[in-house]
Order: sequence, then C-alpha cells, then structure tokens
Amino acid sequence: MTLLLRRPEVTPVAGAIAVWAFFAVIAGDTGFLTAQGTANYMEVAAQLGIITIAITLLMIAGEFDLSVGSMLGAAGVLMAYPVVELGWPLWAGIAFAFLGAAIVGAINGLLVIRTALPSFIVTLAALFILRGVTIAFTHDVTGGATQVGGVEQATAGSFWHSALAGELFGLPAAVYWWLALTLVATVLLAKTRFGNWIFGAGGDPDAAAKLGVPVARVKVILFVLTAMAATLVAAIGVLVNGAADVQQGQLKEFQAITAAVIGGTLLTGGYGTVVGAAFGALIFGMVSQGIFFTGADADWFQAFLGAMLLSAVLVNRYFRRHAQER
Amino acid sequence: MSEAPAIEVRRVSKSFGHVAALRDASLRAPKATVTCLLGDNGAGKSTLIKLLSGVFPPDEGAVLVGGREVSFRSPRHALDSGVSTVFQDLATIPLMSIVRNFFLGREPTRGAGLRLVDWGRAETITRDALAEMGISLRDASQPVGTLSGGERQSLAIARALHFGASVLILDEPTSALGVREAANALRHVQRVRDQGLAVILITHNVAHAHAVGDNFVVLDRGAVVAEREREEVTSQELQELMAGGGAMEELLKPVP
Repeated sequence: MTLLLRRPEVTPVAGAIAVWAFFAVIAGDTGFLTAQGTANYMEVAAQLGIITIAITLLMIAGEFDLSVGSMLGAAGVLMAYPVVELGWPLWAGIAFAFLGAAIVGAINGLLVIRTALPSFIVTLAALFILRGVTIAFTHDVTGGATQVGGVEQATAGSFWHSALAGELFGLPAAVYWWLALTLVATVLLAKTRFGNWIFGAGGDPDAAAKLGVPVARVKVILFVLTAMAATLVAAIGVLVNGAADVQQGQLKEFQAITAAVIGGTLLTGGYGTVVGAAFGALIFGMVSQGIFFTGADADWFQAFLGAMLLSAVLVNRYFRRHAQER
Repeated sequence: MSEAPAIEVRRVSKSFGHVAALRDASLRAPKATVTCLLGDNGAGKSTLIKLLSGVFPPDEGAVLVGGREVSFRSPRHALDSGVSTVFQDLATIPLMSIVRNFFLGREPTRGAGLRLVDWGRAETITRDALAEMGISLRDASQPVGTLSGGERQSLAIARALHFGASVLILDEPTSALGVREAANALRHVQRVRDQGLAVILITHNVAHAHAVGDNFVVLDRGAVVAEREREEVTSQELQELMAGGGAMEELLKPVP
C-alpha cells in the first residue's frame, strides 16, 4: 500500500476517475458519456497534453516556460503564412515553423543559463515579445487582419493534413500524438541517461554538475523541445481550424503548468511524471468540456479548475511527505 | 619518495575580484596516504578543492595527476582522470532514488541501439557497494532523503570508489555528523587509504585529522603556513598552527 501511494501518478489517476464519475452522474444523460462527448474532451486534453509533456520535463529540470502559448500563436503564423501566401508545400511550412521554434527555444534556454535569471522572468518577457511580434507581423502582411486563412484549400488531401488533423476510430489525430509522445517521454525519463540528468538538473543543479551532468545542455534542449511541442499543437490547431489566429494559444502556458502540477509535478523541480501529467491534462479536458454538458454556466469552469489545482497540490504533498517518512 | 604523488598542486594562485583566495600554494598527496588539509574558515580550503576537482582552473600554477600536468575543463574531466571529490553537501539529490543518485552522470547502458539504462545491474552494484560500507538497503529505489547524514556520506564515498578513483578528496566529512557517525566516517577514510588511494581530507577538526592523517598541511589566508608529518607533530601543535599563532592558546590558558 505504501509502495502504491508512493507512486506520484496515484493522485491524478484517482482524480481523473473522480472527475469522470462526477460528470457521468451529473451529465451522463446529456451527452458526456457519448462517443462525441468523449472525443470532445479527449481532443482538448490531447492538445493541452502534448504541451504539458514538454512543460513537465522542463519543470522536473527546474525551469518554467511561460512563452509556450505565444509560441503556439507564432508557430501557427510561421507555418500558415508561407503555405497560403507563398505557395510552399505543407511539410515545408511545418518544418519552417519547427525551425523557428528551435531558435526561440534555444534563445530562451541560453538566456536563462547565461543571465542566471529565473526562467519565469525570461520566458514571461518572451511571452510578450513573441505575441507582439506575431500580431504586428500578421497585421502587416495581411493588411490588418488577425488571421492567416485559406489553409484548408491550400492543404486538403496532403499527407500531413490527415496525419495532424485527421481522425481514426472516432478520435482526432491529436489524441494519438499525445499518447505516443507520453509513451516516448515516459521511457525517456525512466530508462535513459538523459532522463536521469533531467531529474538531477532539477533536483540540485550544483550537485548534478559536480557529478558530471551537463546541466546547461540538458536545460537548453528541454527549452527547445518545449517550443517544438507548442509548434506541433499549433500545426494541429491550424489544420483543424483552417486558419492561423494571432491569439491562438493564449493562457496555454498556465493551463499546461496547471495540468503538470495536478499530475504531481513539483513546482520546485526534481520530481514529477509524464503519466501523471497526462492525467492532469485529461482532468483539465474533462472539466472544461464537462461543464457544458451539466447545463451549468460555463463561467464556473475556471473556479472549478482553481479548486482542483489547490486540492491536487495539497493531496500530493500529503502523500509525498508520508512516503518520505518510510 | 621517487614516485610521483597521485596528485599535486604546484604554486597555485586564484583570485576572485580583488580577493586572493589562494596565494602560491603547493600540496602533494602520495598514494596510500591521508593528507590532511587544515585551516580556519576562509583559509582557502574550498578554493583549493575546487581547483582539484575541476570546478574552476587556477589563475597561476599547475595541477599534476600522477606526475603529469592536467588542466581540468570540468568536474567530469577530473572524475575521468580518477580524481573524485566528496563535497560537504555530498552532491546527493534528496528526491532521487539511491540508485539514480549513485549513478547520476555515469549511468550504465546496455544494448547498441537505444542504449537504455540498465537499472537492474545498477541496483545490484549499488547494493553491493553500500553493503561494503556496512549499509544494507531494504529498497534501493527509496529516495536519498530517507537516509541519515552518515549513510549519505557512505553513499558518496562508495560512489567515488566504485568509479575507480585514485584520488579521493573529502571536504569536511565529519562536520555534520554525530560522534559515532564521525568515527565511522574516519574508519572509511582509513579503509580507502589502505586500498592504496591518495586521500585528501579537508577539515577544521584537528582531533579528527590527527586520528587518521599521515601528512598535514595548514592553510592560512590563502597560503600554506606549515607542513608536518604525523611523527613530528601533536594534536596540540596542529591546533596552534591552525589558529595562526595564539588565538586559541589565549583562550585555553588557565585562568590565574
């Protein structure tokens, strides 16, 4: 029992079951339990979940990235603009956006390492800069619009369109990307040297460095991966919606941190799991969509979410202290 | 002594801004010997250890390992050259498991393709290495935070030995320990020396130093002020050397 409770995934899994049961009882006959209802919350969970995976790894390594939401908006325009306006093939637009993300992630990471400022501050600045540049650029090139539209016409039928925005067995492609990446990241943390270095870098960067872990490199790589995860979600969003919106991804940074923390990741670094984070994102998806099915005012969503966040942190802390005493 | 010492620093200096932390300091640590580095707070002990363990290079002077000059680029480089340091904070990470701590930075992998970490083998090695230090683990996956200070120190020493150190540097190994645990730590020091390693023991506890030390080097304000061998010095004399001429003596004088 102690062993079981020591697993950090226990709280988010139990939480997900409780939230699902809650909406199944309250909103079971109004559509929460239907295939469509399930696909809805799974899609929300998947889009957030992909970002949460990267944010979780970064948080375990002891850093934050508040710029993922802005990165998402920027990546959407980076991808859609050349495809729609310059006639690039879709794959080239996606590759271009990923290249841009890698550069932004590397700049974030190197700034954090070189200046030794908290990543909270550095990426908060990046949040504003990226969003501002995205809006200004899009206004400029579209003559005042906030969207780059016409993506559907330009990309329909291409391989990457169906790989990112298609459906399989009634579930959107995003869900499969989410599950696959959760598996990859779990193996990374549990079974690779790099995974062990992530825990070390966040648990105690000085100690890890003394033992020969390349802490700076680990962190910069994770900043790059985080920006790339935002770009994958941007590509999915642009193809699903048929347009890149400059406001896309707003608040995603806080939602991802919320999901990671509900999933049992420590805000102070050195501790967390990707499977827990996946359940954190699932809880977020179920709550955000479940509210609609209850017939209650959807405005209650944020209040509900805040309460969940606080209780999850308290329960996690209780179990962690318990486990430490053994 | 014709053989080159396992590690040696020759006339090193290091400054931080206007503060000279080390001035023209030299130290030789031969094999199978415990060399004690004594000094008050701020004497330059920590700076010297950091030079020896590759945290930063000296401004002037040379570091020699086995008679050959080296310039460590990183702590990793020092480790790979056989110079292992057990820092005062022990460089253990409380939330990580014992096994993950033991192998942090040097995880064993298996296979050719993905090169996944072989945690099974890692766990066996960790158990054996700690058993040799007299610690039997119930569960090597428990967090290091659950170990006592003495146990964590044994873990750090066992880790250094396992990875083939020829020089073991111990930074204030007894300062955070109780009486029994400190005695235990000193026994480990002797055992490591008897295995043929050069041990550099940094401490400001003269009694502990005199109990296990073969050579003594006293630092004061960045410079070496005395070098003694075990036969030619008493604990009392070391204490006086360390206090830099009189501060303690004054206190210890019987009240008339």
